[in-house]
Amino acid sequence: MTISIININYNLISSIMLEESMSILNMILVALGYLGFFAVAGLFLVLMERRVAAWFQLRVGPNRVGFQGILQTMADALKLISKELTGTVKADKFLYNLAPYFVIVTALMGLAVFPFTKDIQAFDINIGIFFLIAISSIGVIGILLGGWASNNKFALIGAMRSGVQTISYELSIGLSLLTMILLTGSLQLSEIVEVQKSGWLIVQGHVPAIIAFMIYMIAGTAETNRAPFDMVEAESELGAGFHTEYSGMKFAYFFLAEFINMFIIAAIATTVFFGAWLSPFGITESLPWLGVFWFLGKTLLLVFLMMWFRWTFPRLRVDQLLTLEWKYLLPINLVNIVIMALIVWLNLTIQF
Amino acid sequence: MKQTTTIDKGLTEPYQINMGPQHPATHGVLNLLLTIDGEIIKKVEPDLGYIHRSIEKMCERDSYQQIVHLTDRMDYLSSNINNEAVCLTVENALQLEIPERVKVIRTIIGELTRISSHCLWWGVMGMDVGALSTFFYGFRDREMLNDIFEETCGARLTMNYNVPGGLMLDIHPNFVKRVKKFIAHFKTKIPEYDRLLTQNVIFQKRTKGVGVLSKEDAISFGVSGPVARASGYSCDVRKYHPYSALDKVKFNECLKTEGDTFARYQVRIMELWESMSIVEQLIDNIPEGEHRVKTNAVIKLPKGEYYQKVETARGELGVYVISTGTKNPYRLKFRSPGFSNLSVLNHIAVGGKIGDLVATMATLDLVIPDIDR
Repeated sequence: MTISIININYNLISSIMLEESMSILNMILVALGYLGFFAVAGLFLVLMERRVAAWFQLRVGPNRVGFQGILQTMADALKLISKELTGTVKADKFLYNLAPYFVIVTALMGLAVFPFTKDIQAFDINIGIFFLIAISSIGVIGILLGGWASNNKFALIGAMRSGVQTISYELSIGLSLLTMILLTGSLQLSEIVEVQKSGWLIVQGHVPAIIAFMIYMIAGTAETNRAPFDMVEAESELGAGFHTEYSGMKFAYFFLAEFINMFIIAAIATTVFFGAWLSPFGITESLPWLGVFWFLGKTLLLVFLMMWFRWTFPRLRVDQLLTLEWKYLLPINLVNIVIMALIVWLNLTIQF
Repeated sequence: MKQTTTIDKGLTEPYQINMGPQHPATHGVLNLLLTIDGEIIKKVEPDLGYIHRSIEKMCERDSYQQIVHLTDRMDYLSSNINNEAVCLTVENALQLEIPERVKVIRTIIGELTRISSHCLWWGVMGMDVGALSTFFYGFRDREMLNDIFEETCGARLTMNYNVPGGLMLDIHPNFVKRVKKFIAHFKTKIPEYDRLLTQNVIFQKRTKGVGVLSKEDAISFGVSGPVARASGYSCDVRKYHPYSALDKVKFNECLKTEGDTFARYQVRIMELWESMSIVEQLIDNIPEGEHRVKTNAVIKLPKGEYYQKVETARGELGVYVISTGTKNPYRLKFRSPGFSNLSVLNHIAVGGKIGDLVATMATLDLVIPDIDR
């Protein structure tokens, strides 16, 4: 949607202005469009989590502010904006203030490359998957900085746990996506979608693809620091973990980033395993704009899966978390890549 | 080379951290001073006294009827059993003949209190190991019991239903029907608890082999209740010194020998079944009769020393009274289970991770007002 509006603007003004300044204007407008959309989407995800949690927990959840509580998180965000920004006295002020921006900016940057439909993709680079993995690693710096600069031991423990956890599970994310790249032969997201027109990759790659998907979801949940891997903010152990000392909007940035990261993890899974905006069996192929619906639908389904994890499973201990990654997921992943390579080599993929 | 080794030594230095008095895992105002090396616990020092209300001293001022009220505020989750302990002490000292009806009702409500306390513990246990939803399932079932208590005596938590000489009121006409309904409901829910938490792989990994307490240590630390029974120390007061109607019912003492966090968890789940069986045996034949025998308005215990112990949801609660023949006790001492159970924490938590400490503490089932009094 954003793109088409911008295109109209582009046509109108391009006669007066230079090409270069136009492309900058174009970029800014797209960025603002994405920012606006995903700030709202993040708030919607927070609401969704609260309603899903309530559903799992025999409660009703927020349903009073607006229709079915749809404005509840907006009201919460407004409250957070109006709150005082407090902090510890001996905190490293510069890093302490910088940390939330690291987290939120990297979270938003990741969104740029997703193909919401054939036409709506802000930034179609030829190393899309690589870009996503790289961007998601930067977010952890924000968490480490926040925990370190807060001058709080609980925050420090949380931050250190986060560093250990994210570095470990990035391997699994990278390798499980690499397994799927063997099928597509390209890192470019639009091309990955193109390949899936003859069957979603999870069907094309059958057994190893399903294993890769399971590993990806486990690692993805760990990457976003959500239960059962929420060691970072394990509230019965560390209070609030790395963001213990943050308040107001700075806390909201961490909070929002968690949800946007969850959206990103689910969106990557949608793109790589479930055919992004492609409809199942091509039922709405004549209506390409419905791609947005399919993309968001699949993504939200996976987000729901992650919420289901969170409200069901107990939390792992920090050493068990590392054991799971290094002793189980990583070896399985490596074997899985070999199997996938063999399947591609012997042409055993399922194509429609 | 020499320089680098000194730097390395400087980097790994144990540090101290205050867990509590305001911390989600301590379930109240308990302060644990932890000495930690990275994530590994080197020392746990419980710092008590944040909610000390000098209940024992207040008892020396109060009459025996008033003392019953104070015991509600010790271990508030087994308030009815605490009340019963004081009432039994007074009744034994006065050598009152208590009607059968009272004994049976006291036992039923005592066991229901135990179920209610274990329900809450189960919910909180799940929450401490990170499964947040268990809290609400535990509370759902506890709510039914609280409603029954409310209908019986008007209070949901601090019941204060027992008085020296019997019960404050007779049971409500709906009581038997509602208790039966609860038992039928709860029998379908414990398997649900098992599916959700007990059989969960992560939960078992978190709890098995964690916080191991040997039988010898359990005895020497004076641990009681489910914590001691999980270490194989048979110490159920209901079995060895039955009070009220407990000598008329058949039940098994829940014993485990592993002594780890998972064993303590299993013992409590088994106790839920046993408590239900006790209630089922008694609920159909509550004898007719008086719900209270007349006592003097001012109760004066004969000169002497009296001791009575009961099994609360947390272990052995002892009431020790020294009377000089006046209307107030000369000295009254509560032997609370929580205090002894907490004393074992440093012994079993050292060497584990922070997560282990939280899981261990959850199965010790601490109620801080019981420890501080």
